Amino acid sequence: MARIDFQQTGHRYNEDGPYALKPMTHSWDDGGAYALLGPSGCGKTTLLNICSGLLRPSDGRVLFDGRDVTDVPTQGRNIAQVFQFPVIYDTMTVFDNLAFPLRNRGVEKGRVRERVRDVAKMLEIDRDLRRRAKELTADEKQLISMGRGLVRDDVAAILFDEPLTVIDPQLKWKLRRQLKRVHQNLGLTLIYVTHDQTEALTFADKVVVMSNGEIVQIGSPQALFERPEHTFVGYFIGSPGMNFFPCELDGAEAVIGDSRVALPEGLASRAHETGARSFKLGIRPEFVGLAADDEPGIAAPVEQIEELGRFRVVTAWVGEHRLVAKLSEDTEDLGSDRPRFRFPQRWLRLYADERLVEHEGETA
Amino acid sequence: MNNKITDQRAWLLVLPATFLVVFSSLIPFIAIVNYSFQIVFNMHNHSFIGWSTFHDALTNDEFRSALGRQVLFTASVLAIEVPLGIGVALTMPRSGRAVGPVLVVLALPLLVPWNVVGLIWQIFARADIGLFGAFVNNVLHINYNYATGTFSAWFTVVLMSVWHWTSLIALLCYAGLCAIPGAFYQAARIDGASRWAMFRFIELPKLRGVLTIAILLRFVYSFKVYAEPLQVTGGGPGTSTTFMTEMLTNTAIGQFAYGKAAAYGLLYFLIILLISYVFYIVLTRVGTSEGGE
Repeated sequence: MARIDFQQTGHRYNEDGPYALKPMTHSWDDGGAYALLGPSGCGKTTLLNICSGLLRPSDGRVLFDGRDVTDVPTQGRNIAQVFQFPVIYDTMTVFDNLAFPLRNRGVEKGRVRERVRDVAKMLEIDRDLRRRAKELTADEKQLISMGRGLVRDDVAAILFDEPLTVIDPQLKWKLRRQLKRVHQNLGLTLIYVTHDQTEALTFADKVVVMSNGEIVQIGSPQALFERPEHTFVGYFIGSPGMNFFPCELDGAEAVIGDSRVALPEGLASRAHETGARSFKLGIRPEFVGLAADDEPGIAAPVEQIEELGRFRVVTAWVGEHRLVAKLSEDTEDLGSDRPRFRFPQRWLRLYADERLVEHEGETA
Repeated sequence: MNNKITDQRAWLLVLPATFLVVFSSLIPFIAIVNYSFQIVFNMHNHSFIGWSTFHDALTNDEFRSALGRQVLFTASVLAIEVPLGIGVALTMPRSGRAVGPVLVVLALPLLVPWNVVGLIWQIFARADIGLFGAFVNNVLHINYNYATGTFSAWFTVVLMSVWHWTSLIALLCYAGLCAIPGAFYQAARIDGASRWAMFRFIELPKLRGVLTIAILLRFVYSFKVYAEPLQVTGGGPGTSTTFMTEMLTNTAIGQFAYGKAAAYGLLYFLIILLISYVFYIVLTRVGTSEGGE
């Protein structure tokens, strides 16, 4: 078990090339479940390989429980890793697969047998110990991959590199449940790489959203949803993604084309303090509502309405910008083809140069 | 629902292929079988003698000793080339600028025609003027002459075969090694596996497919070896490097014993078929039934 500290950790594959991972300083809690989420090429695998020691960061240090492991090779880091596709030793039985890391470290026979049995029991593969690993299904193989890491009693962290990619959909939930249970039983630090937001949001207590080699936000699934700190997070998390409107600030109001939206008190002045040049107003489709007759609202011609059972997704145009609203199915009729939409102040987020403008009103 | 269309003209489409197979393998093969039961002097003068040529082959020393030498040759060649080929493949660079040149250099021996390989070695290994032969005799002071010494002759033919064919195994294994995903090595490192354990439990099992092909190819090629040793030693000294194909040629063309040669050839063919089959079965099963606690 370990707390993982990154101190100015970054990596470039070529000395004068671009950063695959921009230098960053973060501390990840012992026993936490972290999901690294982002599109392909965002640097999440680079970060994972730095954790596992397969890659030595070109910049900064990595600490496990305060011990500097930057130069410690993979063997010395006591981590378990599960890869995208099952990595097993074909010619061995399940038992031998699980015993392999212990035998390599010269653990005595009786102890090996004991550990393997314990781990197999926990992963519910104890009935398969004598079978050849090759004959197992993909999800069972993934469990063996993880088991090989868990047999060591000094495991610091388990790393998952998109472990559900090759698993049949109907087995995904089962494997995910098993992975999650192991994490809870052992209280290990867990790092989970994925590009699937549902996977990340259901698995982790902290989601690390990455974009272009940079960590743009670390937060609980709820925080990512309600307070994206970067427009990328708003756009990447949620389905459909957050609405963003380039806007100008006029007093305490945001001006989007011909429409004006009143901002929470003090937000506009905070935004000006950042000295940013471009502003965007953001709101989740879930929080957009229809304005009552006596309420201020933004009129927007509707382009399309999708009925999706429990809710309907309305696409409309505010000036030249698309507005998506997720309205519950019992909302009354839109009234006209140019209804007025309501943006509740509580859910309005203002972004200065793509970054959230912090605001006292709702930081607590 | 029966949409099957019957049109016998479709046979015409199969005809060219059938003709080709019939003329290229079937008719010659049947001719050989026919010959093997007869004593043939010429087309008008031949007589049926039944199984006696086969009986001859199995009892006579000429056939058996050639077969023995052939087995010894193939066994030594495989025993050297396979481990060496795997070794070379393991040391080859997988990426970077060196890959191209290394591949070209390795492929070179494979591009040389058989009898040219024989010629090269005939000169290269000559005790008097050959670079290799003269070096062994005059610098290492080891008595070496493939024309007079049985061991020297064997050493030369085996060495030549290793030079010519190790690349094939190395290239096939190299392709096999390149196909192993990096995650396997990463997992092995996490598991604290030694280099030997990585080879034993990851690389070797993953090479099984290509090794099966490589060993089968090398078995068949070396078992049918002809031009290379013939160019160098001419089957000598005495008959010490006379292998199966050369013995067959001597029987058919040297002694005009077509019937006998046909019987030898058939047996030879059956032996190759049988050993290839056994090899295939063994290689595809090996490593699939071991293990346990």
